[in-house]
Amino acid sequence: MSISSHCDQEISGAFPIKALTHHHPSYAQQHYPGQLFVVEGTDGSGKSTQLSLLYQWLKSEGHSVVFSEWNSSPLVKDTTRRAKKRRLFTPTTFSLLHATDFADRIERNIIPPLKAGAIVLADRYIYTAFARDVARGCNRSWVRELYKFAIKPTAAFFFRTPLDVAIDRIVSTRPKLKFYEVGMDMDWAQEEEESFRIFQGRVLSEYDRMVKEFDFTVIDGTQPIPLQQRQIRAIVSSYLTKTREKAVLKK
Amino acid sequence: MKELKFYCTPLPGTEIKPYSGKLIVIEGTDYVGRTTQVNLLRTWLESTGNAVLDTGMTRSVLAGRGIKKARAGHTLGRLAMQLYYLTDFADRLENEILPALRAGFIVLTDRYIYSALARAVVRGIDPQWIRAIYGVALVPDAVFYLRIHSAEELARRVIDSERDFDYWESGMDLRLGADYYESFVAYQSLLLREFDRMSGEYGFEIVDASRSVRRVASKLRHSVARVIEEKLLTERATFTTGSTRPEVIKRTTLSAQDSAIENPKSDAAKVA
Repeated sequence: MSISSHCDQEISGAFPIKALTHHHPSYAQQHYPGQLFVVEGTDGSGKSTQLSLLYQWLKSEGHSVVFSEWNSSPLVKDTTRRAKKRRLFTPTTFSLLHATDFADRIERNIIPPLKAGAIVLADRYIYTAFARDVARGCNRSWVRELYKFAIKPTAAFFFRTPLDVAIDRIVSTRPKLKFYEVGMDMDWAQEEEESFRIFQGRVLSEYDRMVKEFDFTVIDGTQPIPLQQRQIRAIVSSYLTKTREKAVLKK
Repeated sequence: MKELKFYCTPLPGTEIKPYSGKLIVIEGTDYVGRTTQVNLLRTWLESTGNAVLDTGMTRSVLAGRGIKKARAGHTLGRLAMQLYYLTDFADRLENEILPALRAGFIVLTDRYIYSALARAVVRGIDPQWIRAIYGVALVPDAVFYLRIHSAEELARRVIDSERDFDYWESGMDLRLGADYYESFVAYQSLLLREFDRMSGEYGFEIVDASRSVRRVASKLRHSVARVIEEKLLTERATFTTGSTRPEVIKRTTLSAQDSAIENPKSDAAKVA
């Protein structure tokens, strides 16, 4: 029984399916007229705040903007909710169900607007899965393979915030942290806060090693909010002027 | 006892300890009679004293219900479909199949990863990608491919079963034909071709599913008996730590099982 075909990279030419001509694209191979900007970072890094400010601004500038959130597919929602409540997940199935959710989103709310030439803003993208799933013990290259169908973003902003700052923000603003959110499924610690700290620490180090791999634009998440927003707008603007002649950008 | 062997990447947190069970796969396209054969095999195996777990696609606690709901609404996209089924598979692998194998059960599975691979590839998904992500699968002890000659033959079986053509079984999401019949034939033909292609790649044992249920069942019993033979041999060898000669065991178990196959209701079946 052949095992190699699951791992090696040399079998793709052997499957000429004539009835279907559409090709399954993989990361970095698509060229759609739209633009995709994503924000990443640990919980409490301030990325969602920045993304919604960016959204307001782009709208006011007259762009067609679509907002897409992690973990939001209606197809998978009930399954995820039930699995969290009944604690059915293992690291593998946690990873896979989130990949399913993402696949549904990309087919439904990301690719169509990109084809239509819109700007898509994603609050968390595949890198969230790479960070969390690997922190939970999934194989690094397997998780990357899993998300190979994803589209390479125009720019990925990584909001880097020291662990203590991020944890303080979360603990002070959120009354109750959830079981999987703090990584209690991993038995790292008895105490929730300790488990959360370990989990977020692992997540942060995964993010750090992805900066080069995926060419993240690093934003210092400890800076004042308006200052961060100015930096982001400047970068987004430069991409828009570069590729969209129609865009009229007023400063 | 046998080492756990995965197609590519083992599941995280899986102890790669040897196990004594057997993983037996019944594969094939829709309407080849897989479910009937799994049920017959299960009854026979249990009557011969084997503990059996049977499982199949969309039966996971985690994702089964969600997949069925998405299928009913015809809302499952090409990519989401593959990953939802993989979630279902991984949940059953971790929570049902591996524990049962460790406990020495015979695991009978109605479809395994091959149906998922075939469905993905005929939908234009990169064959290399789908194989890589299904690399978490355990390599089975045997795969029996219930093969039928043509998609037209399958279509007649649908009509004889007095059911309507199903949306997904007809591949309606692919728009391959003018109506359900044409689409069904076109889609199932593509699947058949894909299964045939995988036969060599994965070492399927082909069973002619155009024959009667009884003849297919008898063929499967013969072949499954062979797989279990190894299981008994290794178990007894470990149990008696070499005091019994394997040749002797082989002869007794074979003869008992042979008569069980010819006449499942005989005493020999119970003894075996």
